[in-house]
Amino acid sequence: MHFFPILSTLRRHRAASALIALEIALTCAIVCNAIFLLHDRLSRMEHPSGVVEDELVVVRLTGTDAQSDAGSLTAQDLIALRAIPGVRSTAATNMVPFGSSSSNTDVSTVLDDVNSTSAGFFLGSADLLKTFGVKLIAGRDFVPDEYLDLETVLANRGHIASVIITRDLAERWFPGKSPLGQALYVYGKEPQIIVGVIDRLARANDVARPNDVSAEVSGYAVVMPVRMSYAEGGGNYVLRVDPTRKGEVLAAVGPTLNRVSPSRIILDRQTFAEVRQGFFKADRAMAYLLVGVSLALLIVTALGVVGLASFWVQRRTRQIGVRRALGATRGDILRYFHLENFILTSAGIVLGMALAYAMNLWLIHEYQVARMPAGYLPVGAGLFWILGQIAVLGPAMRAATIPPAIATRTV
Amino acid sequence: MVAYYLELARRSFKRNVALTALMVTAIAFGVGASMTTLTVLHVLAADPIPGKSSQLYFVQLDPRPANGYVPGKEPPQQLTRADAEALLRAGTADRQAMMTSGSAAIEPQGAGLSQFFADGRWTSADFFAMFRVPFVAGSGWAAEDDARGARVAVISLALAEKLYGTTDAVGRTIRVAGNDLRVVGVIDRWRPTPHFYDLNTGNYGRGEQLFVPFSTSRDLKLERSGNQDCWGDPVGDLLAVGAPCVWIQFWVELGTPQKADAYRDFLVSYSEEQHRAGRYRRPANVRLRNVIEWLDFKHVVPKDVRLQTWIAFGFLLVCLINTVGLLLTKFLRRSAELGVRRALGASRRSIFLQLLVEAGTIGVAGGVLGLGLAWLGLWTVRQQPSDYAELAQLDPAMLATTFALALAASLFAGLVPAWHSCRVTPSIQLKSQ
Repeated sequence: MHFFPILSTLRRHRAASALIALEIALTCAIVCNAIFLLHDRLSRMEHPSGVVEDELVVVRLTGTDAQSDAGSLTAQDLIALRAIPGVRSTAATNMVPFGSSSSNTDVSTVLDDVNSTSAGFFLGSADLLKTFGVKLIAGRDFVPDEYLDLETVLANRGHIASVIITRDLAERWFPGKSPLGQALYVYGKEPQIIVGVIDRLARANDVARPNDVSAEVSGYAVVMPVRMSYAEGGGNYVLRVDPTRKGEVLAAVGPTLNRVSPSRIILDRQTFAEVRQGFFKADRAMAYLLVGVSLALLIVTALGVVGLASFWVQRRTRQIGVRRALGATRGDILRYFHLENFILTSAGIVLGMALAYAMNLWLIHEYQVARMPAGYLPVGAGLFWILGQIAVLGPAMRAATIPPAIATRTV
Repeated sequence: MVAYYLELARRSFKRNVALTALMVTAIAFGVGASMTTLTVLHVLAADPIPGKSSQLYFVQLDPRPANGYVPGKEPPQQLTRADAEALLRAGTADRQAMMTSGSAAIEPQGAGLSQFFADGRWTSADFFAMFRVPFVAGSGWAAEDDARGARVAVISLALAEKLYGTTDAVGRTIRVAGNDLRVVGVIDRWRPTPHFYDLNTGNYGRGEQLFVPFSTSRDLKLERSGNQDCWGDPVGDLLAVGAPCVWIQFWVELGTPQKADAYRDFLVSYSEEQHRAGRYRRPANVRLRNVIEWLDFKHVVPKDVRLQTWIAFGFLLVCLINTVGLLLTKFLRRSAELGVRRALGASRRSIFLQLLVEAGTIGVAGGVLGLGLAWLGLWTVRQQPSDYAELAQLDPAMLATTFALALAASLFAGLVPAWHSCRVTPSIQLKSQ
């Protein structure tokens, strides 16, 4: 309808039109990429651990000097902790998913294989799998006589006979066949026999921290039946508790451990939710920033559109009056401004899509992010069309109320 | 004349309060966001030891087994105890120090204080001179103390005040993991940022509170922390001299590039010698990076911080374009007024100047507000639970940069519209009235 008259008007305001289109383009490009990055961060933050997060409490303990009885103290600690009301089971391990220290080892079906796979290396006391609540999908859990003390293993006085591995690791080394009963070189010159497969158990570094250059492949982990004392790095006590009594249990942990022996220091006591929150804190901060910047950009751009449209309405007051006097309805005037905005926004969006794509390419190159799905572009375009139409609504309505009589006056 | 222009600008702002507020706020938020992120980047990418960062080198050797050898592949990022002690004994560099991080329980002597853990560094004598560690009392220990495992310690100011209530603690006894050590020095507040000499304990970790000779730490079996990589399924004590494990950082000071080249040759010949003796299984594979190269190699500055800076500057750009567009429209709307001024004899230059003053005023207002927002932004960063949070402070250099940025931004925003508008032809504007 008014398409060509509008184009010629816009041509008369070439600089301002070009600027607003450029602003929309930049905002569109940044917001599309920001939302994509946000989505990326949110999905990282939901990285599955494989454990019953809601029921876990983690305590990190260390000794104050070299203690010879640390092994028996660790065993006593676990018994004492299990006696706290609300605790269902306890275990000691060297690593918890998303915890502060990680332990990894290279595994292979051949000794000293150059192409071995790095896997998370869990050493745990009896009940570790039960306490973590990981799902055993094939085979069995360790039996009591399979457990060895770390001291024995390090002194080369015993061989670890069995291992339980994650589904992903099983599929890596034994694709299409049952891994149960197969030999895997995990520790020592002799292989371990796979006795069980668990669905998933994330290692501490299962997803790279945003600034970590040495990301490990996620999903690969092994569990070994090895007891280690807190003095040997096994001071991660995992407590599976009644989810409604976590607070009580956390409060009782300190006094309980002190009663066993006051010679230790509790480094942390946290619910698993806090462990997860701590690990992903940088992602959360980034997510907030992305949301904040996107909102701010949308507001600034919308206000820019409002400001520009208001100016144009004021400037064209007489022209609008003349058109009204010549028979244009209010609806015509309203549509005129909406269409004008639609044309400007469309120009911005076309440029913005190209910019968004280029920006994504740059991010892929510099920050190793994934390629933005094509679906983001039409959604972004739709968002900006709606935003533009809403922004221009106010000025357009004001324009529509200009009475035809204004044409007869000099401004 | 400028005063008159300022008065004109004030009147113009009063006509469109909401619009002026929008422009000022947009610039303020753009400047605030950019300066917040830029300041964080500036702090994190700082040279931790200015003037010396090109003379301190991090040593890497490759003692790993033959299997898995790929020519040119990066050697381990720490040394074995055997190699570190050999290089220390050789003493080929101007200064050299071996070190590892650790922690130890401290038992205070006085009543009312319970025992606590202190972060420590088990190192050798040259550490203090090499890294220019400032002392408030006493000094570091001597090389003989390393050789005989002397029971000495250097402690931080904070630890001295906590234990003895005074910084003059030289000669006092400190009880570390059940052993009595003699305090020989107290160091002043010292926190190199990034924590370049050991990145295993966090890139922006706090400095240590307790320094003990490496040899003493082994005699007393003090706990160590940080990263340790072993190969060939080791048995026995993993911290022993012969253990096939890397866990020690080794730094050398080499005053000139020639000395660095010579030291690199020395490392190669050392590796070849070890290879001939059968200890090394791989061809010589050494690295010698100075502080700046090392930080760069380790990607110390968080990627997120760089990304945030880009995002913030993208935001500033949009805010600027927004302001340019609005100013342009505003100035063009006043073409009639400007036409009258031109007709009454104002030169094109003075119109340009008038408009620029108006734009500049918006910029300065936006800049001042933006500075406030940057301050607020940095405060928010300091509340974050990251290990570099408390470092996010606005220093004078960044303050000046903020102002320059705000002014440049607004002048740029004003330049285009002012130039565009001062070219009005008076006759056309007057006729259209």
